[in-house]
Amino acid sequence: MLKTQEYNLNLGPQHPSTHGVFRILLTLDGERVVKAEPIPGYLHRGVEKLAEARTYTQFIPYTDRLDYLAAMLQNWGYVMAVEKLMGIEVPERAEYMRVICGELSRLASHLIAIGTYSMDTGGVTGFELALRERETTMDLLEELTGSRMTLSYARIGGVAADAPEGWLDKVDKFMDKMPAYIDEYDGLIAGNEIFQARTMQVGVIKPETAISYSLSGPNLRGSGVNYDLRKAKPYSVYDRIDFDVPLGTNGDCYDRFYCRLQEMRQIVRILKQAVAQIKEVDGPVIGKVPKVLKPPKGEAYEEIESSKGIIGYYVVSDGSAKPYRIHVRRGSFINLGYLDELLRGVLLADVIAILGSLDIILGEVDC
Amino acid sequence: MIEDATTLVDELGKKFDYVEVNEQSTVIIPADKLLEFMQALKDDYGMDFLTNETAADYPEENKFEVVYNVSSIENGITIMVKTSVDRDNPELPSVFSVWGGANWQEREIYDLMGVVFTGHPNPKRILLDYDYEGHPLRKDFQWKGGRE
Repeated sequence: MLKTQEYNLNLGPQHPSTHGVFRILLTLDGERVVKAEPIPGYLHRGVEKLAEARTYTQFIPYTDRLDYLAAMLQNWGYVMAVEKLMGIEVPERAEYMRVICGELSRLASHLIAIGTYSMDTGGVTGFELALRERETTMDLLEELTGSRMTLSYARIGGVAADAPEGWLDKVDKFMDKMPAYIDEYDGLIAGNEIFQARTMQVGVIKPETAISYSLSGPNLRGSGVNYDLRKAKPYSVYDRIDFDVPLGTNGDCYDRFYCRLQEMRQIVRILKQAVAQIKEVDGPVIGKVPKVLKPPKGEAYEEIESSKGIIGYYVVSDGSAKPYRIHVRRGSFINLGYLDELLRGVLLADVIAILGSLDIILGEVDC
Repeated sequence: MIEDATTLVDELGKKFDYVEVNEQSTVIIPADKLLEFMQALKDDYGMDFLTNETAADYPEENKFEVVYNVSSIENGITIMVKTSVDRDNPELPSVFSVWGGANWQEREIYDLMGVVFTGHPNPKRILLDYDYEGHPLRKDFQWKGGRE
């Protein structure tokens, strides 16, 4: 008789699909997962503690480093919380610039998400294709902000600078070309039979589970739950822009992936409208803000829809120039809360497919 | 059906006699009513999504404030619920039984702030080492070479 027994396998932290700083302690029975213990924390930098020794403005670059693939969305969430705390008005033109830069950031993030997911499931070509368009996106962001990844573009009361001459037209032209590229990913990655076999009916999350476990972003909408803060609680100028919220039906890995792909089509729509509308709006891109920010005693919580899910900032002020407490609600961190239950009973190869489909970024998980 | 956060907060203030509402429309409840209140919030008012849970340390008042931001998927409204816990004996019931999303968030609060959540299914540290001593987000946390 062959003797069998369960054994433990450490997936990560040094594994490409766990982004190098995330470990899952798997208990396996043959190739089946019996139990999974996700162990984050390898990157933990204490950003929330660091904030307490900095001024409100000085904290902006730290937010970039949480999700360096979509830095603008992080900046934006933070400055919105401080603006709420202080009651600062943001000029209309700045709101449009935030939407444009934010959606470009979302595009850059989704391109990485679908590209690396293609690679996680065995297709390197998809990754290279997505990087090609990401390069153009980052060139545009660089021209606007001077930085390719850690943008630090949002300011309390507005944005750092107006668009350079001709930049908005460049964005517009790029958006004309983008739908054809998205069709290409759609056919090459989503249309691939191997990809479909590895992702369909794998890692299914029911809608009620997704809600209960506070999943957000494409991970929530992949399960068919229509909750996008840009629609549910419109902030900035999103209420003036017409776009749809793509939803999945089965809640499997394929749906989560496909939501991101469809969201890229909506980004094109949003950007086309925002670029057209901003041309009608003149004025400054930063409001009247005191040199030294001293918000009144109190607290504020603001959240926005980031590419990875809901990003929320809880800011407490004691009336001094430094925040008393800042907490970041990170989409990626909370999206992992259901991982243990999700992985039970699946095959080892599916672990990679499921983890990849959640599109986590460790900077945001560990904070 | 409740349309916006202000109406909901007003109604909560009327319905539960232990509820206090401050000028920022934050709902403040005593710790011993926490579970009962949260369950009612979810069941009777459709607040099905625990967006955020965190804590702040106030050593001068000898308390931790634990903050819950709860949303409704259907109406897109979010309210803030706060409760205080004694700093010398920071123990609160876990809301994991109401929202699964509390799982990792409460582990994080325990790890960094040292608030113990009773009834949590897996009350272990999450970001720091399992054998780490102390809770770094406390205001009086001292580390070797750190600021006084």
